[in-house]
Amino acid sequence: MGKDHSTNQGPLSRRTFLGLGAGAAASMLLAACGGGSNTPPGAGGGGGSGGQFGEGKDYTGPNVSLAFWNGFTGGDGPFMRKLVDQFNSEHQNIKVSMNTLQWGDFYPKVPTAVQSGNGPDIAIMHIDQLATNAARRVIIPVDEVATVLEYEEADFAPAVWQAGVYKEQRYGIPLDIHPLLQYHNQKDLQQAPTDRASFEAALKEMQGKGVQDPFWVTSTWPAHLMWWGLIHQFGGAPYNEDASQAQFNSDAGVQALTWQVSNIQQGYSPKNVANDAQAIAFRQGKNALTWDGIWMMNEWAKVKSLDWGASPMPQIGSQQAVWASSHNFVVTSQAQKDPNKLQAAKAFISYISDHSIDWAKSGQIPARASVRESPEFKALEVQSIAAQELDFVKFPPAVPGIGDVTTPTFELAVNEAVLGKKSPKAALDEATSKANQLLAANKKKYGG
Amino acid sequence: MTTTDVGGRAAPPAAGPAAGPLRRRRGRSGAAAPGGGGLMPYLFLAPYLVLFGLFILAPSVYVIWISLHDWDFLLPGKPFVGLQNYLDLFTPGTITSGPFWSSMLATGKFVLFSVPLLIAIPLAVAILLNQKFPGRDFFRAAYFAPYVLGVAVIGILWRFLLDPNIGLVNHYLDKIGIHDIPWTTETPWVWPALVGPTVWWTLGFNCVIYLAGLQDIPRELYEAAKVDGATAWQQFRNVTLPGLRPVLVLITTLTILASANVFGQPYLITQGRPGIETRSAIMYIGQEGLRDFRMGNAAAASFILTLALMLISVITFFAFRERKEG
Repeated sequence: MGKDHSTNQGPLSRRTFLGLGAGAAASMLLAACGGGSNTPPGAGGGGGSGGQFGEGKDYTGPNVSLAFWNGFTGGDGPFMRKLVDQFNSEHQNIKVSMNTLQWGDFYPKVPTAVQSGNGPDIAIMHIDQLATNAARRVIIPVDEVATVLEYEEADFAPAVWQAGVYKEQRYGIPLDIHPLLQYHNQKDLQQAPTDRASFEAALKEMQGKGVQDPFWVTSTWPAHLMWWGLIHQFGGAPYNEDASQAQFNSDAGVQALTWQVSNIQQGYSPKNVANDAQAIAFRQGKNALTWDGIWMMNEWAKVKSLDWGASPMPQIGSQQAVWASSHNFVVTSQAQKDPNKLQAAKAFISYISDHSIDWAKSGQIPARASVRESPEFKALEVQSIAAQELDFVKFPPAVPGIGDVTTPTFELAVNEAVLGKKSPKAALDEATSKANQLLAANKKKYGG
Repeated sequence: MTTTDVGGRAAPPAAGPAAGPLRRRRGRSGAAAPGGGGLMPYLFLAPYLVLFGLFILAPSVYVIWISLHDWDFLLPGKPFVGLQNYLDLFTPGTITSGPFWSSMLATGKFVLFSVPLLIAIPLAVAILLNQKFPGRDFFRAAYFAPYVLGVAVIGILWRFLLDPNIGLVNHYLDKIGIHDIPWTTETPWVWPALVGPTVWWTLGFNCVIYLAGLQDIPRELYEAAKVDGATAWQQFRNVTLPGLRPVLVLITTLTILASANVFGQPYLITQGRPGIETRSAIMYIGQEGLRDFRMGNAAAASFILTLALMLISVITFFAFRERKEG
């Protein structure tokens, strides 16, 4: 699932660990010997036809194998594996082998593995990781893939499509969009709330009916993603236009976090909800209303005793907004050494993208409007409800290094405020000044 | 807290007795002239030295080199910044100093809370297991058993057992009238939540070393003490403890180093929460270098940690030595 910091986050298998160590050692030696020689990004790439990705959708060359890495460790993994198997059986000359690891391990590991030549040729990355990995030359421009496959902005959600561009070159082909959703237990609540008044009325009503803690406010993932949506709802934004300045502690940011904490103070949520406890409580029927990723839908569906419903995020502030991210196909600099791999990668992207309706079943909204408008998609109930949120989804900004800013700043601030260690204002003040230091350091490092 | 680490450190004492037969054999053969064996010791040491040089010494020097740069191994520019990374770590208010010293403090607290328990409890258990009673071997195995589990297993196990709202521990505490202890989210509860599982997990290892030490104490000493009318406590104080002194030095040093390298428990059980109060130094260095790719700073931080640990090891060593002389 796209759940980055999930239950089974920790266990690095011994093989993974050894692989990481070996990769790191190898790359250190390489860096030491070669004086840090890097393959130039997109040599020969960047638009134009008949380039390194070849003509047409298909691959007709000799047998080639592709290493495909992703972080689909949850209920979404089997869906992707099935698509990969299907692709392999229909393409005799391409062998795609899929490797799945936790997102938390994935992002540190891929750059090292690619550098040492033992990494993926093709991979899935989140929208806010594209610029970072482009700047660090882990992934290469894929403008040509978009041109050859005739993908156009009009067929994709504009925010997603534009986020794949770094320094005028495209680095990602969007596969899906995954926002947060509101889930409720039908046993306790018939009508899902849509705004602040109905939300608070629903919590009161459920408490009246004996649901002691109807809305568990977690102190960890995805609490900061709820806040991300809420700051926009209260009319603010976490960063300024070009993401060079943080404004977490703006009025909107403080209002958003104060509202989150107020649910605990008013007794709608237990104190000290640790990671994943709110989701487990929802499965057990103790937590009646919860905000979580769309990818959790298949997790709820596994629980026979749970009668649940999904709805768009309610409007707590002055306007609608919700956090969302997107999975993108990327091609790594490792694949660039073999033109056959590049062409096969293109064929693979094209195939999965054309079959993205099957991927949608894993709990995702396809990035392509043409797929979303198909009758098959409209038959998917929860995904269609989530698609209603597309008008107001708020993605993380696409600047290099932005992923590193999240965790030590507003994710930490939300944690401290929810646990009652600091007031929302004090926590966000501190996070803002820290974020500005980090943004300045990133600007220096990646050259603006 | 890796087994190889501990094994590696435990190895050197074994080299002593092994040197004996070697010398004897050379003397008997008579072929090697007394002056001609100059290279011999080095040849025998070579396999270890090569590995040591390649995997310990060279990377250590390389770390110092990295720490003098603003280093991201994938970016073409790795500007030389001199001692700036170190200065930043020692200047309050920079991006790195606050989190780093908070992680050093967390590590220090963990060492302070866990080491005394990991020295005392295994000693008591070892003395019990050194008696003769039916089922002794079963108990010896039972106390050692958790140690064979990986940190990932015990970490996830205890993270859920200790969950404040859905954990089994609070469920049973609730039944005896103790409500809602925030084990994994709130100070000071997070400390027993980290130290407790660690003691449960690793006491078996220290226990085994103690057992070996106890069996090395000559029985005659206890008999002599008994003849002189020593009580059980006096026997412990005047025979057992002095007999265990070399083992105590070893255990104290190993346990301090292992506890100072704590990573898996806070990573899995508390995730460094609340805030970053339980994020250990190794966890900080790992996230800084491998997740956020600020390797120059991570290298500087790990060098400072190394120096601190060397200093503590030396202090431990001298503390025990002085007592021996006095």
